[in-house]
Amino acid sequence: MQIELIYNRALHISRDICIGCSHCIKVCPTEALRVSGGKAGIHADWCIDCGECYRVCPTRAIRVMDDDFKDIFKFKHRVLLVPSIFFAQFEDAVSRKTIYDIIGELGFTEVCAVEQSIDTLIDEINHYVKRAQEPVISSFCPAVVRLIQVRFPSLIDNIMKLLPPIEITAQYYKKRFERDSIDERDYGIFYLTPCIGKIAAVKSPVGGYTSPINGVINMDFFFNKVYLAYKQKVPITTSIRVNSAISSKGVLYPTTGGESKHVEGNTLAIDGMNNVIDFLEKLENEEIKNVDFLEIRACDESCAGGILCYRNRFLAAQTLREFAAQMPDKHHLIHDYKYTCSAIVHMDKIEPRSMVKYDRNIDIAIEKMENARRLKKLLPGIDCGACGAPSCEALAEDIVRGQAKVNDCIFLRTILEKRGEISIEEAIEIMESIWGAERFNN
Amino acid sequence: MYFEYKVVGGDFTIAGVASSQVKKTLKQLGIDSSIIKRVVVALYEAEVNVVAHAYEGVIYVDIKGDGIKLKVEDKGPGIPDVSLAMTKGFSTASSSVREMGFGAGMGLPNISDNADSFRIETVVDKGTTLHIEIKFH
Repeated sequence: MQIELIYNRALHISRDICIGCSHCIKVCPTEALRVSGGKAGIHADWCIDCGECYRVCPTRAIRVMDDDFKDIFKFKHRVLLVPSIFFAQFEDAVSRKTIYDIIGELGFTEVCAVEQSIDTLIDEINHYVKRAQEPVISSFCPAVVRLIQVRFPSLIDNIMKLLPPIEITAQYYKKRFERDSIDERDYGIFYLTPCIGKIAAVKSPVGGYTSPINGVINMDFFFNKVYLAYKQKVPITTSIRVNSAISSKGVLYPTTGGESKHVEGNTLAIDGMNNVIDFLEKLENEEIKNVDFLEIRACDESCAGGILCYRNRFLAAQTLREFAAQMPDKHHLIHDYKYTCSAIVHMDKIEPRSMVKYDRNIDIAIEKMENARRLKKLLPGIDCGACGAPSCEALAEDIVRGQAKVNDCIFLRTILEKRGEISIEEAIEIMESIWGAERFNN
Repeated sequence: MYFEYKVVGGDFTIAGVASSQVKKTLKQLGIDSSIIKRVVVALYEAEVNVVAHAYEGVIYVDIKGDGIKLKVEDKGPGIPDVSLAMTKGFSTASSSVREMGFGAGMGLPNISDNADSFRIETVVDKGTTLHIEIKFH
């Protein structure tokens, strides 16, 4: 139970490492972060696991709750599902053969391309889009799905109720092991992830689904392991089964436009968190019409800009394009996937995750909101963040909720000091309670 | 809870500001998303109507526990034939307005479809006031 609770959030802030710099509170798209006692804290209900905070943390205090790598050895058959973006992290001189060999040496018995299921999924999407409420929003990016659950609940029914490619490929492997009569306890399916959202999506999936994936491996961590072995020329003593079947469509699927261009009708591809929020606002207002399908990805340059990617996103995307140009349109497992997976690609309704700001009782909520509006007028409106909240509006809301005080605002505090209503000692005490006493010692 | 928003005729770049703000407020109050959608669609249509047809206008928003009342008051040409304006597909919008994706003649009927109560007061050459009410339950 404890483990499940932890895994609901893929992100964790280490209080020992956090320096309370407040960079993270400014970039959170749901304003879920605050600084208090000199450390950042996360409002778990509001977090959508997008990882924007992880990206800007200068001390790496924000950690990803991935699985212990040693867990793979609990299984006799150890499959690693590798996204095409992983290979694009390496300089061109490092061959795929070399990378596969090192993955085998590190302990896996088989590798498979995550995007092997893409060709089957594209057929399903085209079938789905014809019958669904338009516009259909792709379910590919887990951060976008969670953003919609929290901030745009009216768009929930537009989310495509088809599993993302990683889950279809994992299901295929599960079925294949079953077909070969291999006991469930003997095989482990692991996923190498370029993003935090996918960790949360595997650990606590949406749409009434349980993932067959046994563990998620952080790509940032694993890249270092592989690259180090390459640099140190670690001798290869084991052999690994390589299932590298993938089409050019599969290779490019995680890049911007890689999904939408295969869907019939009017389609659009949107990437980058700010662009996504801006677009979803308009879509929710029904300002956008005549679009059948939307590919929406939280990261700029889609998965090439994933939080756990090492290489520059534009170079990685370019490497993928060059690789895709050498790949065929189809691969030999397409029919097997269609046969094995077409019954399991659908998921159930996705539930909204409401972000209760004030109160469940509407009359109380209106009263509190009016108080927050009055408070906001008192605050300076420059969103400096010196109170530990991301904006004056967020501070006003926190005050009404009883989670902050008016004199947490450095400007109001100075005015109160001038009027003699609080002492300098009290003012300093408040400052220390927000930013920590120790930081002012030197 | 009261809000007021000014709307300027001819400035489509800021059309939608009032509806976005009201949407944000209703979401924070935890109003059902299907009701928010109706409010936003009705208000956005009304906002665009003022921008497309009038010289200026004010949107008055009153939110209470049981529902929302919107009053959209403009100074403009008024509507000579209200029943014609309420016909789906009828539009007086100029071609330049249509080129921007507006003016399909769905404005007033769309507002009416999304409202629990809808009333128009209009005086030719003076202006138009829309009264829109949507209940939360």
